[in-house]
Amino acid sequence: MPRELLDRTEVQDLIERGVQLVEVLGPEEYEEDHLPGAINIPLRRIETQAKERLDPTRPVLVYCWDSA
Amino acid sequence: MYDYVHGKADWLAAGLPTDGTNAQRPNARDVARTDVPTCRLDEQLGAVRARVREAGWDACVVVNEERVVFGLLRERELNASHDDDEPIEHVMRPGPSTFRPNVAIEEMAAFMTEHDLVSSPITSSDGRLIGLLRRDDAVRVALEAHGHGHHEDEER
Repeated sequence: MPRELLDRTEVQDLIERGVQLVEVLGPEEYEEDHLPGAINIPLRRIETQAKERLDPTRPVLVYCWDSA
Repeated sequence: MYDYVHGKADWLAAGLPTDGTNAQRPNARDVARTDVPTCRLDEQLGAVRARVREAGWDACVVVNEERVVFGLLRERELNASHDDDEPIEHVMRPGPSTFRPNVAIEEMAAFMTEHDLVSSPITSSDGRLIGLLRRDDAVRVALEAHGHGHHEDEER
């Protein structure tokens, strides 16, 4: 289970430490705005693309639009 | 593996930097004036009025020690015929509408014009002041951005 982060300063700390950021929204939303350095793997493609695009030795932080 | 629970909405509302096409377009954070004077609820009107005028401003945002917005003093409140020792809490406009920093400047300009807002505090999602957006600035930048877009279209 992923560890839930509620505090954005924790997110900023992880980004500074080189976490792999993954936005799981669709490509159009990603193109408009995404966190600096994030890559886009839409949720429905996560199974197929995660192994190809993510470094298994580094931590990963995923996000979508909000908590809903 | 981590899950940023509040997601992109939280990040944008905090006015934190982003990449993407919207990052190239001006928004409320880009245009808001961060040098707007601030004051506390328990300060006296006379002292605040003098400080605001000395700074060349006609508005002041009422905040607490964490810069959470409580009210606004516009020209109307600053010029009202209250005693100098009147506490700000009694003369301010309480609970003004605040806007998040990621709102597009065209949207802000249209809303402020439609609702006759001369200035609006821009705050993070937890209510902390980022700056004061003046309608004149919002309209000017929105028109510039629009004009620039037309120019690019004409060149194509």
